[in-house]
Amino acid sequence: MGDRYHQEAAPHTGTTIVAVEYDGGVVLGADSRVSTGIYVSNRASDKITPLSESVYLLRSGSAADTQAVSDYVRFFSEQHEMELQHAPKVVTVANLVKLMNYQNKHLVGAMIVAGWDSVEGGQVYGCPIGGTIVREKWTTDGSGSTFIWGYLDAEYKDGMTREEAENLVQAALALAMARDASSGGVIRIVTIDKDGARRRMVTPDEHMQMWDDIPEQPIGIHV
Amino acid sequence: MSGIGTGYDLSVSTFSPDGRVFQAEYAQKAVDSSGTVLGMCCADGVVLAAEKPEISKLIEEHSNRRAFPIARHAGAVIAGVAADGRAIIDRAQAEASNYKSFYGDKIPGHVLAERVASFVHLFNLYWYVRPFGVCTLLATCDHSGPQLHMVDPSGTMHQYNATAVGKGRQAAKNELEKLKLDRMTCKEALFSAAKILHQVHDEEKAFELEVAWISADTDYVFTRVSNEEVAEAEQAAKAAIEAEDMDDE
Repeated sequence: MGDRYHQEAAPHTGTTIVAVEYDGGVVLGADSRVSTGIYVSNRASDKITPLSESVYLLRSGSAADTQAVSDYVRFFSEQHEMELQHAPKVVTVANLVKLMNYQNKHLVGAMIVAGWDSVEGGQVYGCPIGGTIVREKWTTDGSGSTFIWGYLDAEYKDGMTREEAENLVQAALALAMARDASSGGVIRIVTIDKDGARRRMVTPDEHMQMWDDIPEQPIGIHV
Repeated sequence: MSGIGTGYDLSVSTFSPDGRVFQAEYAQKAVDSSGTVLGMCCADGVVLAAEKPEISKLIEEHSNRRAFPIARHAGAVIAGVAADGRAIIDRAQAEASNYKSFYGDKIPGHVLAERVASFVHLFNLYWYVRPFGVCTLLATCDHSGPQLHMVDPSGTMHQYNATAVGKGRQAAKNELEKLKLDRMTCKEALFSAAKILHQVHDEEKAFELEVAWISADTDYVFTRVSNEEVAEAEQAAKAAIEAEDMDDE
C-alpha cells in the first residue's frame, strides 16, 4: 500500500480542527480536506458532526473510525436524553466519546467535543487517541494543529466575545491550512450558545489572505 | 384486614379476579408494621429520619444502620425488612457508580429512583422470587436542587415534598402536611422530624432515632447527623411536646 512517495492510503483526515470557549458559548472550526495518499478524495468534507442539539464533535485521524464513534455516541446520547428528560450535559457526551476511545484502543480518533449546556455554559473537551478526556479553554488537533499551537497560545484571551472567538478560529485554521499539505479546502465554523448551533463556511477566496506580502518579482537569485 | 386472597395469594405472578397482586400487598404490610420512617425536602436540602425500636437491650447503640449513602450526593433510608433493604441499597450504589463511569456525571435523582424502581419491580414479575418487603426513601441534591423519591415494594416510584412510611405513617403525614417545608432549613427540619417521630411513637417502648441529611451545610454530601446533634434535637422536641401537652390540659 505504501512506498516512499505515498502516505498511508486509507482515507485519512489529515486535518486541522480547533475549538475555543468564549463568554457564552464555544466556536468550533475545521478544514475540509480528506486525503487518500496524495489524492484529495474529498475537498469539501464536513468534519464537524452533531452529537446532540448543542454538542458537536470535531473529527481527526481515521475518517472511518471517527464516523463510527460519532454514530455510536449520537445513539447513546439520544437514548440517554429520553431517560434524562432533558438535553445531556456536554461532559456526558464527551465521556461517551472517551469511553469509545479508551475501550477500543485500536481506534485512531483524535477528537474534540465542544458545546453548551445550562449548567456549565460553553465547554471544550479534548478526547485524543488512547482515551483521555480533559476539559480545556481551547484546543486543536489533527496534522495541521502543529503549526498553530504557538499562534493560539499567544492570541487566546479569556472572556472573548463571540466575534473575537470566531475570528481567532478562522485565522488559526487559515494559517494551518497554508502550511499543512493535508489540510485545506474550505473553513467550516460552528458556533454554539444557549440558542443552539449556527454553521457557516468560509471559502478559499475569502480566507486565503496571506499572499499580499509576496512580491511579483523574486528578489535576488532566480530559482 | 380486608381481602383474604385464598388461592390467588401464593405467587406474585398471579392476579386475583379483582385485579390485585396479593403478594405485593403482603409485602407492603411488612413495611407498614415496621418503625416509622420519614423524609422531608427543605429549602436547602433533604432530611431522612428513621425510628428504630429497641429490639434488645444487648444490641450496641447506634449500630443497625438504616441510612445508607448511595453516592456523595445521594442517600437512602429503608423501612421494612432490613436485609431486603441492604440488597436494594447495594444495587442503588452500583447504579450510581456505573452511571458516573458511563456518563461522566452524578446520577440525577429521578434517574436513580427509576433504576431502583425497575429493580424492585423485577421481583414482582417472577414466581421464583418474592417481592422486597421494603420502602426506600431516596434523597438527592444536585444542580437541579433537593429531591425526595420513594420506591414501594411493588416497584412504584413517586417524587415527594415529604412522606412517611411504617407504623405511624398516617399521623406523621398529617403532621408533615402542616409544615411549610419550602421555607424551612434542614436544621429546622431536623427538629420537626424528631418531634413528629416522638409524637407518633408508641409511648411505652424505647426507640433510637437515626437521621441523615444532604444540604448546603454538609457541602451537598449525604451525611449521617452526629449523635450529639440528634440528641440535642430530641431534647428540644421532647420539651416542645411536653409544652404542648401542658397547653392542652
